[in-house]
Amino acid sequence: MTKIPEELNYTKSHEWVSVHDDTAIVGITDHAQSELTDIVYVELPEVGRTYASGEQCAVVESVKTASDIYAPLGGEVLAVNEDLGATPGLVNEDPYESGWFFKIKLSGEPDLSDLLNASSYSSEIGEG
Amino acid sequence: MSKLKRTPLFPLHEALNARCVDFGGWEMPIQYDGVIAEHQAVRNAAGVFDISHMGEIMVVGAHAEGFLELILTNRVSGLAVGDAQYSLLCNSQGGVVDDLYVYRIAQEVFLLIVNASRVDDDFSLLQKLVVDLEKDNTVNVVNESDNLAAVAVQGPNVSLFIDDVFTLKGLINVDKPTDLSKNQIDVFVYQDANVYVANTGYTGEAGFELIASNEVITQLWNRIFDLGKNYGVKPAGLGARDTLRLEMGYPLYGNELNEKVTPLEAGLGYFIDLEKPFQGRQKLVSQKNNGLKRKNMGFVMTSKSPPPRNGYPVYINGDQVGAVSSGTQSPSLGKGMGMAFINMPHALVGKEVEIQIRDRYYPAALSKKPMYRKND
Repeated sequence: MTKIPEELNYTKSHEWVSVHDDTAIVGITDHAQSELTDIVYVELPEVGRTYASGEQCAVVESVKTASDIYAPLGGEVLAVNEDLGATPGLVNEDPYESGWFFKIKLSGEPDLSDLLNASSYSSEIGEG
Repeated sequence: MSKLKRTPLFPLHEALNARCVDFGGWEMPIQYDGVIAEHQAVRNAAGVFDISHMGEIMVVGAHAEGFLELILTNRVSGLAVGDAQYSLLCNSQGGVVDDLYVYRIAQEVFLLIVNASRVDDDFSLLQKLVVDLEKDNTVNVVNESDNLAAVAVQGPNVSLFIDDVFTLKGLINVDKPTDLSKNQIDVFVYQDANVYVANTGYTGEAGFELIASNEVITQLWNRIFDLGKNYGVKPAGLGARDTLRLEMGYPLYGNELNEKVTPLEAGLGYFIDLEKPFQGRQKLVSQKNNGLKRKNMGFVMTSKSPPPRNGYPVYINGDQVGAVSSGTQSPSLGKGMGMAFINMPHALVGKEVEIQIRDRYYPAALSKKPMYRKND
């Protein structure tokens, strides 16, 4: 069983998102990191660039494969997790805290209707 | 897709929660705990791979040596009983049908270990060639792939426990597995069954490959884990097998080798004896005389980059000069590296190139193989 914190929202493509007012922090789920295993590189989005909801904005690479990461909500990238440059393994060790990917300023009112809550995500990955 | 084949060890992989993938038509473990942990186990302690998917073809008969001499690139007649060598089977155009190991089990008995994905092609080609070349029926080619299974036990600690697997001396030359020199094979008895034990591997580490019947391979695997448990032995999957072979610059059929690549282009000239006739020789002689158009080279990324992967284009000053055939993030070097086909005249050690990864270009330097050397 992988960790699925109650307070976060999720996507079917295995990103998590934590919304605070008009900003959101994004990462990949414990399930995703455990499927990927051995993350060796994270290509983060450019700070200042704006992404639409669902747009491909980052890449996470394990020894075996490269996987695209999609913006769960639209907005401008405010900051990226620079620590992942030197230590991409943080994503494996601590996917919901020190392994975060990027922070965005939301384009409008946060629309969480397309996102999953913890229990829906849990069913989605067959752990419900 | 047709149903994937499973090796006799498959239930063990399932019990170990291995993640499995389709490899050459076989459902094989790609990893157990993780590719990097398994890679490090093989480099620093011991790892055991299920390689039962690989093919075993016996070539038997009074003219077996002469027959193999006519079809393989390396000189077979130099092999004593119990010796083995790496060799290539080419088509008439010099393209590689398969890369394989030839083991001389007896004066008139050779065991060929071939790639899983190539067994059927190899076997039909050998059957055709034996009819064409050996009209007096003195050579028999037998596909034993469905009856034989195999494990590779690799790593610096393997020599500390492998001898204890067997109680009796080898039947050909040596008393115990650790007496085998590199590329030597012997037959040991285990549970009343014959087990071929060869000092060969695909990892760059010391170690052995054990080939046995489907019936005893599970007991053999368990015995190895019992004996190796105090020496850090771990099961290792195809993911680690790939990163290990890649650090050594060993070719993988389908990536560095195929029917349109010659062994010279693959950088395997060392395993070709142009002084004897063999299928495909003419093309290789002409390539040698006229020069190659491209060559497979090692490369190492010279700055931080995403892992290079198969198919990524290689550039010099904005011109594409080749493409990556295999690449990964090297667990031992901590950087990206791999192999690439590079057009002449650029295939030179030390040459600076750029590899395109998505929409960016990352610097790399062409390198000799292997890209990783122990104690560097």
